[in-house]
Amino acid sequence: MTETQPLLNAGLAQMLKGGVIMDVVTPDQARIAEQAGAVAVMALERVPADIRAQGGVARMSDPDLIDGIIEAVSIPVMAKARIGHFVEAQVLQSLGVDYIDESEVLSPADFVNHIDKTGFDVPFVCGATNLGEALRRITEGASMIRSKGEAGTGDVSEAMRHIRQILGEIRALGAKSHDELFVAAKELQAPHDLVEKVAREGRLPVTLFVAGGIATPADAAMMMQLGADGVFVGSGIFKSGNPEQRARAIVQATTHYDDPDTIARVSRGLGDAMVGISVADLPAPHRLAERGW
Amino acid sequence: MMLGGSGVAAPLIGVVALQGGVREHREALESLGARTRRVTLPSHLDGLDGVVLPGGESTSMVRLAAASGLFPALEQRIRDGLPVFGTCAGLILLTRTVLDAEALAEHPRVPVLDMAVRRNAYGGQLASFVAPIVVTGESTPVEAVFIRAPQVEQVGHAVEVLAEHGGRPVLIRQGIVMAATFHPELTPDTRVHAMFLALVGLRDDGLRDVGLTNAVEPGREARRAGSPG
Repeated sequence: MTETQPLLNAGLAQMLKGGVIMDVVTPDQARIAEQAGAVAVMALERVPADIRAQGGVARMSDPDLIDGIIEAVSIPVMAKARIGHFVEAQVLQSLGVDYIDESEVLSPADFVNHIDKTGFDVPFVCGATNLGEALRRITEGASMIRSKGEAGTGDVSEAMRHIRQILGEIRALGAKSHDELFVAAKELQAPHDLVEKVAREGRLPVTLFVAGGIATPADAAMMMQLGADGVFVGSGIFKSGNPEQRARAIVQATTHYDDPDTIARVSRGLGDAMVGISVADLPAPHRLAERGW
Repeated sequence: MMLGGSGVAAPLIGVVALQGGVREHREALESLGARTRRVTLPSHLDGLDGVVLPGGESTSMVRLAAASGLFPALEQRIRDGLPVFGTCAGLILLTRTVLDAEALAEHPRVPVLDMAVRRNAYGGQLASFVAPIVVTGESTPVEAVFIRAPQVEQVGHAVEVLAEHGGRPVLIRQGIVMAATFHPELTPDTRVHAMFLALVGLRDDGLRDVGLTNAVEPGREARRAGSPG
């Protein structure tokens, strides 16, 4: 990684702010996402709802599929690697993807270590459920953070919990005195200089998106009102009754998040949302958000 | 130029906030003494002294703007004398000819600059780079951040090239319109934003020529003769 790489990689995420990043599994879906106004697409083999339904080990997508999606659209293309699977990440960099998501939605390859992201030129986004986890991923070289939520459920409650947790912990840091930040760093298990920077600036040093369970325009707008920089929508679009219209509606609601009239207008006649699974009904071993540490 | 002893109020700059690097532009402008406002609807253009079209994804912005008619409204304001500064995607939206416009479809843009531009011309994120550029009127180079940047391939006669990289224009001005293919809002150096605020300030002094044409002119090759490809 060159000296300017962190600036370039955090910079691309800054250009995605206020936007919607959509999971797609085919070039056709990627084109629909671009035409609906997505700022980027996430190329993967199965959306999280199908990974849940079908089970088995979920891995990086076939390179042919990723090539096809890169070919199909002019917006940035992201792709997922398993937690700790640095060779999948090397392959994705070699394919020329614009961002890698080191993702708990796939089956983890390493239950101890995450990928050393400082060794790559391509930028990484990583999931987090709390501030300490976010700061550890940033220390490893992530240039964008997203909440984990509970992918593939259509239930927004976990994404809500994670974004409130992260932003609440940032606000609490801001109230601490200089000498208290040393202990805060110990408790967050994150480097002191990074903790001090977050306390001083009142925000993460990288862009913070929300992911996991976003299924409606109102879900997306709520996350933006809470202070997210943008949203990922996984299964919520292409598992719904009318993907094109729902995708456009979520894009509009993410920009006009503080205008209930617009959110009401775009929410009309969208057809069926994804059926979804209540997170409360999911037994703990099947919760994806608990992967990663 | 402003806020000094002249008694002129701080200019109010609207930052188009459909999507993209909005906060970064607002912070740069405010650090120079300007006031800023988010612009998402045509009514937000009332009372502005200047407008910034930030970087982001142009494909997304045209669709977000189409719902409210923001871009035709902005184009009219510019033609009536409202200065505008576009960076990266903002430059694409301001350019008359986009050479690979399929993904932008038929949605309205703000085509006021007599130029031709190609989106993502350097390639994907792995081709993004930082380079020092020499800017007209500045004694030291500006560190310019190019992220999935567009390239200006042709410029009309009314377009003044303020900086180049690799023989291509990267910072230009045509009358009251400024545009950059890079991201001055991502570095602490505020000189490029100060150039735009100076352009805004000229309105009060009656020195400004809108400098926009309505006819499409053939343009000239942006690449200098003999420069490397």
